Amino acid sequence: MLIKRLLLNDRGGAIVLALIAAAMVIIPILNLAVPTSSAFHVSTFTVTLLGKFLCYALLALSIDLIWGYCGILSLGQGAFFTLGGYAMGMYLMRQIGARGQYGNPELPDFMVFLNWDHLPWYWLGFDSFAFAMLMVIVVPGLLAFVFGWLAFRSRVTGVYFSIITQALTYALMLAFFRNEMGFGGNNGLTDFKDILGQPIAADTTRIALFLCSGFVLITAYIACRYIVTSRFGRIVVSIRDAESRTRFCGYKVESYKLWIFVFSSMLAGIAGALYVPQVGIINPGEFSPLNSIEQVVWVATGGRGTLFGAIVGAFTVNYGKTLFTSFSPETWLFALGALFVIVTLVLPKGLVGLFNRPKKSESAHESLIEETLEAESTAEKTRDESTADIKSAEAK
Amino acid sequence: MNILAQAKQALPVKDPDFSKVLNGFGSEVDNFGAPVDTSKRTILYVEGITVSFDGFRALNNLNLYVDEGELRCIIGPNGAGKTTMMDVITGKTKPDAGTVYFGQQINLLELSEHQIARGGIGRKFQKPTIFEALTVYENLELATASNKAVWWTLTKALNGAQKFRIDEVLIQIGLKELRHKNAGALSHGQKQWLEIGMLLMQSPRVLLVDEPVAGMTGEETEKTAELLLSLAGKHSVIVVEHDMKFVRSIARKVTVLHQGSVLTEGTMDQVQNDPKVIEVYLGE
Repeated sequence: MLIKRLLLNDRGGAIVLALIAAAMVIIPILNLAVPTSSAFHVSTFTVTLLGKFLCYALLALSIDLIWGYCGILSLGQGAFFTLGGYAMGMYLMRQIGARGQYGNPELPDFMVFLNWDHLPWYWLGFDSFAFAMLMVIVVPGLLAFVFGWLAFRSRVTGVYFSIITQALTYALMLAFFRNEMGFGGNNGLTDFKDILGQPIAADTTRIALFLCSGFVLITAYIACRYIVTSRFGRIVVSIRDAESRTRFCGYKVESYKLWIFVFSSMLAGIAGALYVPQVGIINPGEFSPLNSIEQVVWVATGGRGTLFGAIVGAFTVNYGKTLFTSFSPETWLFALGALFVIVTLVLPKGLVGLFNRPKKSESAHESLIEETLEAESTAEKTRDESTADIKSAEAK
Repeated sequence: MNILAQAKQALPVKDPDFSKVLNGFGSEVDNFGAPVDTSKRTILYVEGITVSFDGFRALNNLNLYVDEGELRCIIGPNGAGKTTMMDVITGKTKPDAGTVYFGQQINLLELSEHQIARGGIGRKFQKPTIFEALTVYENLELATASNKAVWWTLTKALNGAQKFRIDEVLIQIGLKELRHKNAGALSHGQKQWLEIGMLLMQSPRVLLVDEPVAGMTGEETEKTAELLLSLAGKHSVIVVEHDMKFVRSIARKVTVLHQGSVLTEGTMDQVQNDPKVIEVYLGE
């Protein structure tokens, strides 16, 4: 019921979710049940690629929630994504056990290489899947809380906020590049073997990861819809459009921004955690400010402030990237730049703006108004009747 | 024994700001903690306020007292400090010296903007600022006096009484038929009324209204005058305005500001015949 209500005025979102759900049914069948020789067989490579896109879509969704609705342009969303990824990577590293190059049952290979004799304290607990999953949301959430609290309290907004988020992700990149940090330095974490006891490269594991990513994306989408359609969502939009007016309406703007920023960082962390087992590696390069900017381009391309546009954008741009980088890798960055310029100039509402013909949406809006008016007139009638009742009762 | 309560007591909260952030997530019902004490009839005491921007004194030892239910007009040439005065009362600007009391006991200078707004001082900006992406109804819904903590707004809709109040205000400001129209599509005058309506939704004790009729047609101006007059009595209304004809049509008591302090106070006729006022407005 709730889900139906949330998707009632969101046809684009309903279509996108339906497509994802359909893919989650069809693709496992085409991969596992259809023989490799058949033309309908979907290779495991494609499954992994699509799973990766689903993670990107979740990340884009988290950006659209804060940028499209609250006007917070974070150019460091990749930092939360990567931290979530590292938390998952640490769990996967602990699952390798004695099967590493050096055969040390206690320490990951890179620590043996650095001549460390014991596990640093911050690696403790990562043997447990549950603990690692908790860290996937706690670490990005905590960083966003502290960072956001300081920034929003000091009323850092607009381009200044964007710049310091860039600095944040850059600083993390430099820190994680250092071997002394104990996260594998330049090489990052890789060479994973198992996840929850299943071999990580097996077809069934890949399908399971793909399904997980799809399921999380759909759940996250519905959660975001719930947020933006609630009273909270309208307050957040008001903060985007007229921050000081909202403050004079009696709202503590900082708390609202902080809450939505933390929630978005957690979504990004989950996206990173789902991404790492599918690509098989996490390294500090993911913190690169360029990545974070690219992620914002996905959202702008798809159409900000619509939620489903972010998903469309993440898929389109990344599919384009896959195509481009396979036949002419050097032109990809030019294509990306051109795309951003074209979208900004020609499609300010992004790709999904092409399909939202104003005429249709207006009539939908009007019919909604008529419905509400009808409902209200009935409500008024009942109110009048009840006051009449009271009056007659008083008269008696 | 209530262990939780004990633990709460044992836990010292060092940074008051931080505890406020945490409270913002819960069900904080913000008020001044005490009722506004207006036993001496005066609701707003502005005393000895001085504000300097880079050496320029926007307000210079300003004194202003507003009675409960009064309609006060404030006039003055450009740069007299009218908007700065509103900034000080609503917590946007902190003065260098002076005190601002709401009733006998509440010191407004210690509070932040959202606390002052929740506690009963509403403000309308010079340029109409409404939320253009939302409908008229949603604008009022947002301004409704209710629990404004994050968790509350995420999970709870408005109750029947609050919705009823929105309907009342929609009639009062004459926008009932346009309730589902996007606020961005309203005319200039309608936007001004909507903003006044948003103030009313906060059930304020004091309304600060900055240039309500700037850019309005004659008919709209008349309607606005009626609206403001109907509000006086129930609320204290402070109107800052340039339009003398408009001020004359609503004013009971007028305060003239000049160079950051009060030049004179009185009825419109007294003020207009005051030689000091004539000098300021017409030059020597």
